Amino acid sequence: MKAIVHVTLKPGVLDPQGKAIGHALGTLGFQGLGEVRQGKVIEIDLTETDAAKAEKAVTAMCEKLLANTVIENYAIRIEA
Amino acid sequence: MKTAIIVFPGSNRERDMAVALRRSFGTEPLMIWHKDVDLPAVDLIVVPGGFSYGDYLRAGAMGAHSPVMRTVKERADQGVPVLGVCNGFQTLTEAGMLPGALMRNAGLKFVCRTVHLRVETAQSVFTSGYAAGQTIAVPVAHNDGNYYADDATLDRLEDRGLVAFRYVDAEGGATEAANPNGSRRGIAGIFNDTKTVLGLMPHPEDAIDPLHGGTDGRGLFDGLARALA
Repeated sequence: MKAIVHVTLKPGVLDPQGKAIGHALGTLGFQGLGEVRQGKVIEIDLTETDAAKAEKAVTAMCEKLLANTVIENYAIRIEA
Repeated sequence: MKTAIIVFPGSNRERDMAVALRRSFGTEPLMIWHKDVDLPAVDLIVVPGGFSYGDYLRAGAMGAHSPVMRTVKERADQGVPVLGVCNGFQTLTEAGMLPGALMRNAGLKFVCRTVHLRVETAQSVFTSGYAAGQTIAVPVAHNDGNYYADDATLDRLEDRGLVAFRYVDAEGGATEAANPNGSRRGIAGIFNDTKTVLGLMPHPEDAIDPLHGGTDGRGLFDGLARALA
């Protein structure tokens, strides 16, 4: 199975990179932009075949290393 | 007195730190490679600046989970003073030894210049060489020095006197312009609850030689050497 982890800054945590991207999009002429937030995607191939077990393991990985929960949230998607 | 400096792949301020420790402690610091789990008994452990593991994932995240850091944590729990400078500060927050996190500088640029700091308290082994309220000039050199913690954590740090250093201007004023990286409440360095762990972004080890523009960093190391003697 494959786990796809999205790590994003928590709401309320200043995201200067997202702000700069939003500003650049505006200068390129794109309109109707609200807030832009930047995050990261981490893909992990897993030998586990049970989706529930896989999610549990990846949750532990997020808590321990993949996300800094002081400033970041994470979301996990498990694919077959 | 013995001191140890933890060295990760990508550390690059360990030799500057060694010069400062040698000068104040009069002994040669031990250089401890990140894979070593055997750390001899020492009076002070320092996690130096640099870009450990290339700042992969997040600055300090990889180093925080390296074998040697388990030992550093154990020693800190036993009361051995631990100093983290710049990447060392990032590593200590990632390891959960200090609260909060260091984020990308608000200006998105690497900041390399001399800043002024206010010593918030002299009541610690790290700051006893200064007077409370004293303004010192030391350099910063970082990309991710923007200190973040939630309001409750910041209030707790301030209530308990755990803010060690704050960015100020040359006159000692905590202005927005004096804050080089967007750190919340201008925080440049903090202690843990027992004030035996200090993390700070500026580099006192690079302000010990008059030829480098100033010696205001000496107070930290001289004070430590006296306090630990």
